[in-house]
Amino acid sequence: MKTAGRKRILLATSGLGVAGLALAGCTGGPGVSGGDGDGGGDGSTVVTVYGTIIDAEQELLEESWADWEEENGIDIQYEGSQEFETQIAVRAQGGNAPDLAIFPQPGLLADIASRGYLVPAPDGVASNVADYWSEDWAAYGTVDDTLYGAPLMASVKGWVWYSPAQFADNGWEIPTDWQGVLDLTQQIRDETGEPPWCVGFGSDAATGWPGTDWIEDLILRQSGTEVYDQWVANEVPFTDPQIASAFDEVGKVILDPDYVNAGFGDVGSIVSTPFGDVANAMASGDCALTHQASFLDGFLVEAGAEVGEDGDVWAFILPPYEASDATGSTVVGGGEIVGAFSDDDAVVQVQEYLSSPEWANSRVSLGGVISANSGLDPENAQSPILQSAIEILQDPDTTFRFDASDLMPSAVGAGTFFQGMRDWVNGASTEQVLDQIESGWPSE
Amino acid sequence: MASFLAWLSVLSPWLQIPLIIGVFAAAVGILLFFIEIAPRAGRVYTIIRLAACVLFPLGVMWALQSWWWAILAAGVLGLLFFWLDYRAKAGAGYLFQLVGFLAPALILLLVGLVFPVIQTVGQSMLNSSGTRFVGLDNFLWIFTRPQGIRTILNTIVWVLIAPVVSTVVGLVYAYFIDKSRGEKVYKILVFMPMAISFVGASIIWRFMYTARPAGAEQIGFVNQVIVWLGGSPVPFLQVEPWNTLFLIIVFVWIYTGFAMVVLSAAIKGVPTEQLEAAELDGANAYERFMNVVVPGIRPSIVVVLTTIAIASMKIFDIVRTMTAGANNTSVIANEMYQQFRSFEAGRSAAYAVILFVLVLPLVIYNARQIKAQREVR
Repeated sequence: MKTAGRKRILLATSGLGVAGLALAGCTGGPGVSGGDGDGGGDGSTVVTVYGTIIDAEQELLEESWADWEEENGIDIQYEGSQEFETQIAVRAQGGNAPDLAIFPQPGLLADIASRGYLVPAPDGVASNVADYWSEDWAAYGTVDDTLYGAPLMASVKGWVWYSPAQFADNGWEIPTDWQGVLDLTQQIRDETGEPPWCVGFGSDAATGWPGTDWIEDLILRQSGTEVYDQWVANEVPFTDPQIASAFDEVGKVILDPDYVNAGFGDVGSIVSTPFGDVANAMASGDCALTHQASFLDGFLVEAGAEVGEDGDVWAFILPPYEASDATGSTVVGGGEIVGAFSDDDAVVQVQEYLSSPEWANSRVSLGGVISANSGLDPENAQSPILQSAIEILQDPDTTFRFDASDLMPSAVGAGTFFQGMRDWVNGASTEQVLDQIESGWPSE
Repeated sequence: MASFLAWLSVLSPWLQIPLIIGVFAAAVGILLFFIEIAPRAGRVYTIIRLAACVLFPLGVMWALQSWWWAILAAGVLGLLFFWLDYRAKAGAGYLFQLVGFLAPALILLLVGLVFPVIQTVGQSMLNSSGTRFVGLDNFLWIFTRPQGIRTILNTIVWVLIAPVVSTVVGLVYAYFIDKSRGEKVYKILVFMPMAISFVGASIIWRFMYTARPAGAEQIGFVNQVIVWLGGSPVPFLQVEPWNTLFLIIVFVWIYTGFAMVVLSAAIKGVPTEQLEAAELDGANAYERFMNVVVPGIRPSIVVVLTTIAIASMKIFDIVRTMTAGANNTSVIANEMYQQFRSFEAGRSAAYAVILFVLVLPLVIYNARQIKAQREVR
C-alpha cells in the first residue's frame, strides 16, 4: 500500500516535471516568422512563391532566378507541394496565402480570383503579356476582363510518338488527316500482327487524365475551336452528339483490342498501366505508336531511347480531322499562370521578372521545359522535341487551345472526367459515361 | 501552433525528432498526470487544479489562436474546479471530480460534434458556394447520378461483409491461440497489422495485387504466385464486382487483430466450471465452443461487430489509396472527399449526411450494447 502511494507521488512529480518542461518549450520559440531560408539574395526582402513544381524541376526553377535574386536583393522562397490544388484554397481562406502562386490550371486561378483573393496584374506584367503572349494565352490569365497574371511555362500536347527507323524500314507514311491515322493503324496491325498503340492512363488518384487529352484533341480537330470553347463553358454539354462523336473516334483506336495495348495486354490494361511506362515500351520497340504530351521526352530518355528526327523515337502532332483544314497546327496545350496575393514592390518586381523573356530564356536553357513567351529563343531549348514545340507555339498560324480539363471546374476537370475515361476504357457504354461526366458539373 | 511548427521547420532534422517526441511525451505526461490526481482531495491538488485552470485555457488559446475558445475554456474550467474543490473537501465527491474532468471533453463534444452535425445538415441544403437554399437538390443529384446508387450499395456491401468476416476469423484465432503454446507470439503477429496505418497497408496490398501482362515480369506477390502455379495474372483491382472484395480483404487483415484481442480477453472470462460441466454432459469440443463459449461472450461479440461495422461504414483510406473509386469500387466517404476537393461543399455535405444517417443506428446500438455489457458485469 505504502509503495503504491510512493509510486503515485513519483508519477505525479514526474508528470509535473514533464508538464513544466512542455510549458517551457511552448513559449513560442524564436524565429516565429519562419527564420531565414538558405541561399538567394541577401534576404532583405522575401517573396514567397507556392506551386506544384517539385523535386528536380524545383531545383531548376530556383536556379533560373538565382542570378536575378543576387542583382535585385530579393530573396525568392519557393515552396512546392503536390497538394497545391487543395492547399491553395485553404491557405487563401486562412489568411496565410503566399505572395505568388503558380497555378497549373486557369480554372483554379479563376476560382480563387472570383472569390476576391488575387491582386490584378501590375502594369509591367500587363505590358509584358501584351508584348510577348498571344491573345489566347492572355485570356487564360484573365477573369471577368481583369488580367490577374502572366503565363509561366507551357507544354504542347497531342504528339504521336513513333520510331522513324521502323517507319522507314516498312515504308509507313506519317498521316495527314485523322482517317490517315486510322488507316496507318490498320496497316501496322496487318503487317506486324501486333497492336500498334500503347496507352497508359495510370496516375494514382488522377488515373484517366491521359484519356482526356485524346478527347480534347479530337473535339478540337473534329468540331473546331468554337465548339471546343463552348464545351469548356458547358454550353455544349458532354451529352452533346458532337462530344459523343469525338469519343467514338477515339474509341476506334483505344477501345479496339486489335489496336491496343502493345506490350501491356488488352484494353483492360490501359487503366492499370502507369502513363510513364509506355516510354519503356516505346524504347524497347514493343510499341509502334503512342499519344502523349511533350514531357514524354524525359521518360523516353530515362528509358534509354534517343529522341530526335534521326533518333530512336520521334513525334508528329496529331493531324487535323480533314487534310483540307491544314492552315497550321491545331494544338492543345497546358501551362501555368502566376497569380499574386500581394502587391508589395518586391512581389511586383518578381512577378514582372517571371513574365519577361529574360526569365523564359533563363529557365528554358536549363532544359526540360518550354514557354509560350514569344521573346524566347528556340535555340535555348535543350531537346529537339522542345524546339519543335516552341516553333509550334510561336507560329502565328497555330491555333492553340488550353487543356479543357484544366479549364473546367475541378469537379469535372479533375473529377468525373478522369473517372469517366477510366470507366470508358473498362467497358462502360459511351452514353452512360457521358451522362456521368456531365453529372459532375457544379450546380452553378 | 503554426508558429511553433514554423519554428520547428527551420531546425535540423536531428533536432526535430527529439523535439517532436518530447512534445508528444509531454502531452501524454500531462494527461496521465491529471488522470492520476483527478480523484484526490488536498491543498496541493487544489493548487494544481487552479494552475490547470489558468494554463489550460492559455494552451487552448495558443493552440487554436482564438480568444473566444480560451475564454470559454477558462470560464468553464474555473467554475467547475471551484465547485468541485468545494464539494470534494471531505474526500468524497468522486463523481463530481469525474464530471469536472469530463466537462471540457463534453463541452468540446457538444461544440465540436453536435454543432458541426447541424451545420452539415444545413450546408447540404445549400448550393456549392453556400449562397442559396436548394432544398433536397443535392440529395436528388446523388441518387440520380449514374453511379450514385452504386456508391451507396458498395458502402453497404462493406458493412455487411467486413465486420462479419473480421469477427469470425478473430474469434477462431482467439479460441485456438488461447489453447496453443507461444500464445503471446501469435497474438502479436495477428495484432501487428493494427499498428500499420490504413494508407500504409493499402500501399502494401496494392503492390501485392499488382498485375503485369502475361509473360512479363510480375512485380505483385499474389500474381507471381498465380503465375508460378501456372495461371495467368489477374488484375485484382479491376475485376468487377470482385474488386470490392479484394479491398475488403485488406480491411479484414487489419481488423482481425482487433477482434482477436477483445474476444480473447472475453474468452478468458468464461468460467471453467461451465466448460467442465458441459464436458461431463458429453459435449464435444465443437459443441462446447458453440453452446458455452459463444453465448458466454455474446456481448463482446456484438460490441466488436458493431465497432468494426462503424469503421467499415466510414471506410475511406483503403479505397482512396488503392483504386480512388475506379471500376465501381467507390464508397460514400470517397465521393464526399472528391466533391469537397472540387469546391462542391453542398454535395459533399449531402454525402456526409447520408453517411451520418447510415452510421447513426449502428452507433446507438453499439452504445447501448456497451452499457448492457457493463450492467451484466
